[in-house]
Amino acid sequence: MRVIASEEISNAVKNLIINSSVNLPEDTYKSLKQAFEKEISGSGKTVLSQILLNAEVAKTELKPLCQDTGLAVFFVEVGKDVAVGGKNLTDAINDGTRTGYAEGFLRKSTCDPLSRKNIGDNTPAIIHYEFTDGDKIKIMYAAKGGGSENMSRLKMMRPSDGKDGVIDFVVETMREAGPNPCPPNIVGVGIGGNFERSAIIAKKALFRKLGVKNGNPELAEMESIIFEKANNIGTGPMGFGGICTALGVHIIKEPCHIASFPVAVNIECHSHRHSEITI
Amino acid sequence: MDKIKITAPLSDDIILKLKTGDEVLISGTIYTARDQAHFRLVKLIEDNKSLPFNLQGQIIYYVGPTPEKPGEVIGSAGPTTSYRMDKYAPILIKNGLKGMIGKGKRSAEVKEAIKKYKAVYFGAIGGAGALISKTIKSSMVIAYDDLLSEAVRRLTVEDFPAIVVNDVYGGDLYEEGRQKYENKYNK
Repeated sequence: MRVIASEEISNAVKNLIINSSVNLPEDTYKSLKQAFEKEISGSGKTVLSQILLNAEVAKTELKPLCQDTGLAVFFVEVGKDVAVGGKNLTDAINDGTRTGYAEGFLRKSTCDPLSRKNIGDNTPAIIHYEFTDGDKIKIMYAAKGGGSENMSRLKMMRPSDGKDGVIDFVVETMREAGPNPCPPNIVGVGIGGNFERSAIIAKKALFRKLGVKNGNPELAEMESIIFEKANNIGTGPMGFGGICTALGVHIIKEPCHIASFPVAVNIECHSHRHSEITI
Repeated sequence: MDKIKITAPLSDDIILKLKTGDEVLISGTIYTARDQAHFRLVKLIEDNKSLPFNLQGQIIYYVGPTPEKPGEVIGSAGPTTSYRMDKYAPILIKNGLKGMIGKGKRSAEVKEAIKKYKAVYFGAIGGAGALISKTIKSSMVIAYDDLLSEAVRRLTVEDFPAIVVNDVYGGDLYEEGRQKYENKYNK
């Protein structure tokens, strides 16, 4: 059994967080650049050029891309032949989150939901675990902002609503969201599972790199239909009007109950900060 | 289109000239406030107490910046989504607020108050906080420092870029822009 010290994990998490806050991932940058070339609206083009310039400024001046440095969301894959020494894995990740947000001069955005008092260190992180083979731990991180998260939706649909029902629900969610979630957006869709699983897989779908096609032809087709419909809404970059409203649509499906048809739509902003490390 | 240079605080003369879709560069003094600060400001108005700053003619920028590093004026400082302030904005507008900078749609009540009391809502580019921070030349927390990033700050800005979303004439860039580009996407 391989043993990884919890400090090593905390340190890796801290570095992921700090680097992500100032470096827009390559797939996001490339996708925004393509959107800039494609956009026909004047104000849409201006917005996209400013977003691209912002990425340059953030990288060279080590200044966060966005002031909303998010809740820290993790998907963690733990091999069966690896153990964590020292603190438990959840505490190790929270330690890394705490130091990452402090040392990176990032905004602390967690608060008590009722009193609204800030927790002060951006913990607790939101962590989802999966157990796999091997002796490694893979940590995927996303800084998830509040503006786009607030426009996300979950619906317990009827099985008779079918594929078309899903497509309409996703497009309607995007239409309703309009300028609020900082378009152009990445749209994560979770189909199936149950109430909470649909939301978790919708979030997980956001981690697929932009430009990578869905391996399932049926889902790939749905993604392309939703993509076209979303970009025909007219919202455009920051909602000032345009043809680039979605940068990508990513779907994951899982089996569900014979009586149920849960569908979750998790909207992500254009400042799509995600990164991963395997230890 | 040429950008219009305006100075804050705002006068009615300037506000009447601004039209939906106009790109502006704002210089002068503006204040920051988000959810919790709005809650407190409105409570003060309801209790007939004085506010931490004079609202007359002012612009409030909806922002909660990242902490500034040593030597920096301010951290990353882009707009937050405005609708969360919709409950409070009409009361502030009625009491002298003239401008708001944020992102996203406003409620019918806010748009009505903008028309009735001659105010303006500007949209800034969300997710461009590093770039926008370059236009902020000074920053000072003047109230509610217990709210951390949500404290009320007085900012001096120079050519802060924004676009008029809702003007006094009832214009709404989000509606007009969307309608113009609806069904214009070609595969």
